[in-house]
Amino acid sequence: MNGRRLFAIAYKETLQVCRDPRSLAIALLMPLLQMALLGYGVSLDIKNVSLCVYDQENSQTSRDLTSRFVASGWFEAVHALDSDRAIRQAIDRGTCIGALVIPVTFTKSMSSAGKANIQTIFDGTDANTTNIATGYAKGVIAEALTDFKNRWAQAHGLQPDATGQIDLQLRVWFNAGLESRNFIIPGVVAVILAAVGAQLTSLTISREWERGTMEQLISTPVTAFEVMLGKLVPYFLIALIDAAFCLLVTIFWFQVPFRGSVTTLVMTTALFAVVVLGIGYLLSVRIRSQLGASQIALILTMLPTTMLSGYTFPIDQMPAPVRAVTFLVYARYYVSILRSIFLKGSSLADLAGPLLGLVIFATVIAYLAAIAFRKRLD
Amino acid sequence: MDNIDPTPSAPTVQMQGLTKRFGTFVAVDDLDLTITKGEIVGFIGPNGAGKSTTLRMLCGLLRPSAGSAFVAGYDVARRPEDVRAHIGYMSQKFSLYSDLTVRENLRFFGGMYHVPRREMASRMAQAIATAGLEGREDALVATLAGGWKQRLALGCAILHRPPVLFLDEPTSGVEPEARRHFWDMIHNLAGSGVTILVSTHYMDEAEYCNRIALINAGKLVALGSPGELRGRELGGELFEISCNMLGAGLAKLRQAPGVIDAAIFGDKLHVLLRDSAMAIGLPLLLSQGGIIAGSPNRISASLEDVFVQLVSRGHVEGAHP
Repeated sequence: MNGRRLFAIAYKETLQVCRDPRSLAIALLMPLLQMALLGYGVSLDIKNVSLCVYDQENSQTSRDLTSRFVASGWFEAVHALDSDRAIRQAIDRGTCIGALVIPVTFTKSMSSAGKANIQTIFDGTDANTTNIATGYAKGVIAEALTDFKNRWAQAHGLQPDATGQIDLQLRVWFNAGLESRNFIIPGVVAVILAAVGAQLTSLTISREWERGTMEQLISTPVTAFEVMLGKLVPYFLIALIDAAFCLLVTIFWFQVPFRGSVTTLVMTTALFAVVVLGIGYLLSVRIRSQLGASQIALILTMLPTTMLSGYTFPIDQMPAPVRAVTFLVYARYYVSILRSIFLKGSSLADLAGPLLGLVIFATVIAYLAAIAFRKRLD
Repeated sequence: MDNIDPTPSAPTVQMQGLTKRFGTFVAVDDLDLTITKGEIVGFIGPNGAGKSTTLRMLCGLLRPSAGSAFVAGYDVARRPEDVRAHIGYMSQKFSLYSDLTVRENLRFFGGMYHVPRREMASRMAQAIATAGLEGREDALVATLAGGWKQRLALGCAILHRPPVLFLDEPTSGVEPEARRHFWDMIHNLAGSGVTILVSTHYMDEAEYCNRIALINAGKLVALGSPGELRGRELGGELFEISCNMLGAGLAKLRQAPGVIDAAIFGDKLHVLLRDSAMAIGLPLLLSQGGIIAGSPNRISASLEDVFVQLVSRGHVEGAHP
């Protein structure tokens, strides 16, 4: 290998990227756009579920219950209703996702029987939201009920009823607020890098074929390996810049806690960059048109990484055959590495499993890329 | 120059039975050709005759199906990288980087060919001067006119001072003035000992070559200096005759006894006669068909006459190495 030729190719490629609007847009605009789109667009958190309240009793206790729903932060009381029909209408019209119905006998039943029924109605067309909202509602009500009981007992000079109660001390590690953003956004970075990296290099060889410069290039003594390395080096730097940009946005804009070491982050990111750039390069060698290569790179990276990398859809929940396929989706390793570094502060040793996956991919792809390009026309 | 063959008359390009097949199509058929140092050989033939394919095999870009070729002493099939280090090549299509400047292209190819660093500046300056691109060093190549582009491409191809140069229709689409300038560069290179094989479809350019290799349907049809080919290949005496009905005249002449061939050249007919004595009778012959003709003039054959003649009769003659 010849350093001079390597540098000449890398330098030429850098100049070309800087002068090619399409490459520049992919390198600089795409990460920004996707970061905004995926970072803001994808959230599994449910906040401010709109709730209509049909308070038949309208007493201090019933109003107290309603305000507990609102104070939890999960619900928002948007409307007060006065009939069952109005509930149906409000849900049909999308005014609210759910309704809280407090019966006229609420306070009376509480004090007489120590037990009261209230009703929550949710729009089941959005099963996910409803599922989570139901859980929240149960929590709010359970807490309210305990409070009411204790207050009632105090008012009547009795000891609060403490028999047979198990107090669950719930603690969630690594993402105490259970904020989905904290585990989705590191995944978004992986998806962006996978797509942008492959896009960038998918243009590199096909551009030479398309513009007719390839024949001249391969008539020089340059080796295929020098061509590959020389072409990949600038894109490797661009990919690292893109990664740094996305990761900084993740930490400082989206405020995802970063608990790991920067060195681990840089090393694993560089390894992932080798994989994605190699994939794009391989496509570029095979497909001689820039448009074709970049389209295929987009389809091949975007779809599997969004669906099968585990960045939104948990891999554990997938059926076994699909789960088997995810091992081929190299982004899954990086998604899990990023999450662990960000939220758990994992070290390289902790990451041995996914790291091994990435290393295998990087080795195989680097090998295939090194032998893919031949300096021949036939 | 250390990489130029020390013996002046040693063959620098040698093809023996060189053949290239694409499936059942034979693009280059059993080609024998030897080119000595400092020689300019013109590769002439119709489109698809196999010129580009041959040049690509000589550059190691295509693998010969049969036969062998040696360039600067290296086997193109076995040691293509050694071949590439000793050649300059201009492919048929303009193939520098349009989005780079003149200087950036030169620097890139200088790097590719590993031109010694301390010589880069002077060689680049020289290439820019010969291409007439002084003052436009930082212009994007896309903005240059055809002639300048071709001269720059040649400049890039010879930055490393290769002993052998393969040029594939380097002047196609370039205006005549620029073509002459380009050929001056080629002659200067040959004068300094560079061996050049250049394909072209301009007949006037064929005249600038030391020898011409006429190739048709993958086969070498004729080989020799322009003078030799003009004198030797026709096998008859060439006359020019003007008449009022070219098509009818052509048909009439072709049937006439003693006429080897006839063809329309511009607004006149060229007639190849077995014997010059027959020329005097041609107007009379034509008038029998109602054609009014002038008196025939004896002309010396142009290379085009020779090529039309050779290609049309599908004449295959042994190569004269």
